Amino acid sequence: MTFLVRTKRKISGLLKALFKKRTCRIGIYGPPNAGKTTLANRIVRDWVGDAVGPVSEVPHETRRVRRKEDITITGQNGSSITIDIVDTPGVTTKIDYNEFIEFGIEKEEAVKRAREATEGVAEAMHWLREDIDGVIYMLDSTLDPFQQVNIMLVGIIESRKLPVLIVANKNDLPDASPARIKSAFPQHPVIAISGLEGNNVEELYEQMTSYFG
Amino acid sequence: MEMIQGVQIDLISAERLDRLTAMEKIRLILDDVMEGNIVILEKGLAPDEQSKLIEITMREIAPDGFSGIEMETYPIRDAGNGFLAKLLGGKRSETRLTVIGPANQLKTLKKEKDLISAWVSSSR
Repeated sequence: MTFLVRTKRKISGLLKALFKKRTCRIGIYGPPNAGKTTLANRIVRDWVGDAVGPVSEVPHETRRVRRKEDITITGQNGSSITIDIVDTPGVTTKIDYNEFIEFGIEKEEAVKRAREATEGVAEAMHWLREDIDGVIYMLDSTLDPFQQVNIMLVGIIESRKLPVLIVANKNDLPDASPARIKSAFPQHPVIAISGLEGNNVEELYEQMTSYFG
Repeated sequence: MEMIQGVQIDLISAERLDRLTAMEKIRLILDDVMEGNIVILEKGLAPDEQSKLIEITMREIAPDGFSGIEMETYPIRDAGNGFLAKLLGGKRSETRLTVIGPANQLKTLKKEKDLISAWVSSSR
């Protein structure tokens, strides 16, 4: 190989490495117990056949940010995207270990969980400021969407100019009201699903390919 | 003078807030709230400041001590796309009246588009 050809290859390799777009990181955010890990598990199971983390009815089950890399999602129209799914701890402005004691957890373990949960929230906020390219904002559609933490977080996401899809989760429950969520966030697309039952997740995948692609 | 039983409320003016850096604002709010006081900001915090406030609040939480904050505010209002807004560098958004207190003393009773109703307890 001539020196010229080798140099040309080296330069083109360097340029490729320099301009290679890293995979888009989609963060799943929302208050505790909205079903973030349940959705993350479903996405990963549907497209990779794996899981992200354990789920529970006790709030703050997820206390560390977990990332699953290179998930390719294909919509019904055939278009697809490859993303990293980032499952985050539920965001709140308050944590009291007594909350865990009410679920029958011993004091020592409850204090430990509370400390881990506070670290998890701080970590989630840090990721949002530094490493997230798009957001799936999860809400429990049986609850009031106007809670301050939702207004604040959606405001923070908007100020960072990140694309956001709002998911009205738990639409399998009788008192679910996705309409209330739509009225709270008219500026963003809202998709009603059940992460647990799998209702309407195809529409979410379709939206993800067009919105984050 | 005999002190009446109750809760201290500090109302911080927009002018004072404008003079402070993000961290100075957060420290001022958290130090005040951690003493059991209620803080009312004439002009609320920018989204980035809110994000840091959550993060630093989490660091201050301790078992049987401070358990975090309760905060209520109205959504940020867009200043619009008028001539003046464009002249001032595009869309500028406006933060709004905000109340912040210790999570175990301040409870939101009702929140509507144009009315926030909260209840303050004097016992910690």
